Amino acid sequence: MDTALFTANNVWMMICTALVFFMHMGFSLLEAGLTRQKNTVNILFKNFFVITVGLLLYAIAGFNLMYPGFEEGATGFFKFAGWGIAPPEGGMTAAYASGGYTWWTDFLFQGMFAATAATIISGAVAERIKLEAFMLLAVLYVGIVYPIVGSWQWGGGFLSSWGFYDFAGSTLVHSVGGWAALITIYFLGARIGKYDSDGTSNPIFGHNMPLAAGGVLILWLGWFGFNGGSVLSADPAVTSLVLVTTSLAAAAGGIIATVFSHILYKNYDLTMFMNGVLGGLVAITAGADQMSTGEAMLVGAIGGIIVVLAIALLEKLKLDDPVGAIAVHLFAGMWGTLAVGIFGDMASTKQFMVQLAGVGIVGAFCVLSTLILVLSIKATIGLRVSREEEIGGLDDAEHGMSAYADFSVSKK
Amino acid sequence: MKKIEALIRKTQFEDVKNKLHDAGVTFFSHWDVTGIGNEKKGRVYRGVSYSTSAIERKMLSIVVNDDFVEPAVQAIIEAGGTGNIGDGKIFVLPVEEAYRVRTGEKGGDTLN
Repeated sequence: MDTALFTANNVWMMICTALVFFMHMGFSLLEAGLTRQKNTVNILFKNFFVITVGLLLYAIAGFNLMYPGFEEGATGFFKFAGWGIAPPEGGMTAAYASGGYTWWTDFLFQGMFAATAATIISGAVAERIKLEAFMLLAVLYVGIVYPIVGSWQWGGGFLSSWGFYDFAGSTLVHSVGGWAALITIYFLGARIGKYDSDGTSNPIFGHNMPLAAGGVLILWLGWFGFNGGSVLSADPAVTSLVLVTTSLAAAAGGIIATVFSHILYKNYDLTMFMNGVLGGLVAITAGADQMSTGEAMLVGAIGGIIVVLAIALLEKLKLDDPVGAIAVHLFAGMWGTLAVGIFGDMASTKQFMVQLAGVGIVGAFCVLSTLILVLSIKATIGLRVSREEEIGGLDDAEHGMSAYADFSVSKK
Repeated sequence: MKKIEALIRKTQFEDVKNKLHDAGVTFFSHWDVTGIGNEKKGRVYRGVSYSTSAIERKMLSIVVNDDFVEPAVQAIIEAGGTGNIGDGKIFVLPVEEAYRVRTGEKGGDTLN
């Protein structure tokens, strides 16, 4: 391959790496905005922990757990290629990865993805999880569970040999995080004041809509890298198509979620608009390179409806997810993965069954792993802060800090 | 000397302030208050319906000489009323003494 093309491909992949990194800012702002002021330092701290520790773990073991190089004919369930990272022979040449990127770019791009799974948990468990419990869960989940699941598909494991398709991770990233979030909040319980003893549900308002809105727009921007980089080269036709399908799905998800939520609740809820955009993005992620523009809009729109319905369902089940992470990442993620078997170039009954099997197997493994982790943490250091700490806010209890020390907001 | 405490709608505050000025009441304190009452507003946040019984109002605290009480009260009633339930309340309380901090003088003149 010509060096200029190799260089161009690698530059695009590094830009995408930076965009995926930027998504951590999006998550931080979204989670901070949709929770209460007294827990803002705690949310930001968790997000910093996830991106720093996630990357280190990926360098120490994650990358080699996720891309271990399964032997021909192996089941491809578990293999570890050794500690640390070092480029293989020819890792910096066009011979590696068909000239799409260098080995270093490969590591960093994948490393930026890895932390996302724990960030998804962070939002759902916000405002009542013990910081140390979260850190332990994040380390074990990002360090072990995420790369093992990833190896089944992207590492060339059994799911990929079955013909399962997950372009950029509706299942491998988003649902993996979503399952852990779901199981964790089940054992964690709802925030104090969320549900009355007679079962009435109360709203707990997010404290900063501009932060949340900025976070969502940054996530959309970051998704150009998340999906665009998953082309694994700067292939002009595929990358540009992927950016178009990604954006159309986001737009359709946002609009349809808003219209649907207005039909149900008779109000224009900005947080539903934002969750709908994210639902559209998560949904298109599995098949972003397989869809026509119309199909992308449909996949995104259904993603938006699913998010609104999933938020209502979790509310009914008294599962308290302050930011809607489970509705967005788990439910829209499962939908997006199944959608590859329904819409687009790969659609067929057989493909749908493979997608369904992939969703089910990944789900079962994530649920089981999270059960073990969460129950062990609960039995040892405990999952939840005390009632006093929760009411006083985690910023004070866990950090002795305030996010807005002497800042005040005018009252109309 | 009397103290007039008035709870009024936030939306009527500018009108009330102007009417009080017209009535010769040129200084008073005001602040935002939240109270509990019969008024309930149905709302929805992320699909959860709720009704808020926390009512936001403006509280005025006005100390005047006796001859200003009636005009001030009338000004608040005129400008503060919309005809709907929840327009507010006015309380008139006796004031024993008033001092001017700068000079130490006391009595009704300190209110001018």
